[in-house]
Amino acid sequence: MPLRLLKYALSKDYPGTRFFKAHETPKKSYDVVIIGGGGHGLAAAYYLAKEHGITNVAVLEKGYIGGGNTGRNTTIVRSNYLTPEGVKFYDASVKIYEGLSEELDLNLFYSTRGHFTLAHTESAMRTMRWRAEVNKHVGVESYVVGPEEISKACPQLDMSCSGQAPILGALYHAPGSVARHDGVAWGYARGADRLGVEIFQNTEVLGIDVQGGKVAGVKTSKGYIATTKVLSAVAGFTPRICEMVGLDTPIVIHPLQACVTEPMKPWLDTILVSGSLHVYVSQSSRGELVMGSSLDPYEVHSTRSTLDFVEGLTSHMLDMFPFLSNIKVVRQWAGMADMTPDFAPIMGKTPIEGFYLDAGWGTWGFKATPISGKTMAETIARDHAPDLIHSFRLSRFEDYELTGEKGAASVGH
Amino acid sequence: MKLLTCPVNGTRPLSEFVFGGECRVPPAADCSDKVWADYVHNRHGAPGIKQEWWYHAPSGTWFIAERNTLTDQVIRTFLKGQEGKQ
Repeated sequence: MPLRLLKYALSKDYPGTRFFKAHETPKKSYDVVIIGGGGHGLAAAYYLAKEHGITNVAVLEKGYIGGGNTGRNTTIVRSNYLTPEGVKFYDASVKIYEGLSEELDLNLFYSTRGHFTLAHTESAMRTMRWRAEVNKHVGVESYVVGPEEISKACPQLDMSCSGQAPILGALYHAPGSVARHDGVAWGYARGADRLGVEIFQNTEVLGIDVQGGKVAGVKTSKGYIATTKVLSAVAGFTPRICEMVGLDTPIVIHPLQACVTEPMKPWLDTILVSGSLHVYVSQSSRGELVMGSSLDPYEVHSTRSTLDFVEGLTSHMLDMFPFLSNIKVVRQWAGMADMTPDFAPIMGKTPIEGFYLDAGWGTWGFKATPISGKTMAETIARDHAPDLIHSFRLSRFEDYELTGEKGAASVGH
Repeated sequence: MKLLTCPVNGTRPLSEFVFGGECRVPPAADCSDKVWADYVHNRHGAPGIKQEWWYHAPSGTWFIAERNTLTDQVIRTFLKGQEGKQ
């Protein structure tokens, strides 16, 4: 037994270094208060401190860090979107992800697998060609492949999908990756903490104090905090936070469910998505198949999961991989997806001075964690959103300038 | 299996129904672009008890359900205009 482990076991105190300090009582005021200790909020805190020298920052998390949608997604990172604005934005995120384990000095198990979006119909093939051309134009490595190449990358796949939905081709996206999602939250938390940011878990925001159209402070379960800048990075809780400041948004909450199988030896190298069969699947570094499907069909603010979901998903999985019939699903869960009408996020300034929004992350938030943190940090520090997120501003709805990203959602939601 | 009660056909599996969104009243036709944009895009996203349109697909029945979107409990369902008659 290594000596270090023995030391851990025999010590009365916990001798290991904590990832971040366990602060209990917030100070009376901060320069910036971030609501939500998920990947996005913690990344924003990290880049505020690192790139803009703003370290007097509190991150308030009502549960534990990474316990919301950061820890509930299916960990896929990709940039093969449909609009040039979206492709550029997510590509910037993929580029940061590629070096993030080094930057945060934490192994995020970032694993580039290649990503196939399967097309079972001519109309799906048309969307794949469209996406491939937009991607290439922006410099992202995506192209359309035929059945032979798909079969070569994944020989286990039944190319006829049990005769129900023969695969005609796919959009191949070389940079498609998976990563350990909780590691991303913990890495950013430790990085931010080292730079002086204070993280408060079990701290709920009860109200936001707005005076004369400007943010003045935040009421929390641990007392009042004075501040002039608040970032809301709370995904499925966004409508509740926006209600506190009287801000209307197009966001509607739908549960999004996912599940994993028991672990197997590695066999699935790539990430596979089928829009027609409503399935996306990859194999984790632990050997589990991580699987997701479409949104639950109506608004619910709950993370309860359903049997209907697993039955529907697994029947489509068996169309693709009949040999999995004896494999067990061991865990399922749900997250609250904050859906927008154009399937693009809502980022940047709001009509309330000092209230910044990082929301509308629906089913596409994890992959954007680094770049949203970076761009929101810049927005807060300069009180001006960078060009990269201009198309995602809240006022686009009032201007009828929607971003139209629905065709690139992984499955037909 | 989740269940929902259609005011015409009784209690049926949820898979027979389609969600039609919250019941809303459109603004006057001559309203400003800003008011119209608000109606077109914005929603009451916060959880609570809401009146929503639901559609029973096999019978083609549109009706209203009063539902708590936090707990997913349906309080009552009724046909439009027949709220007090049941």
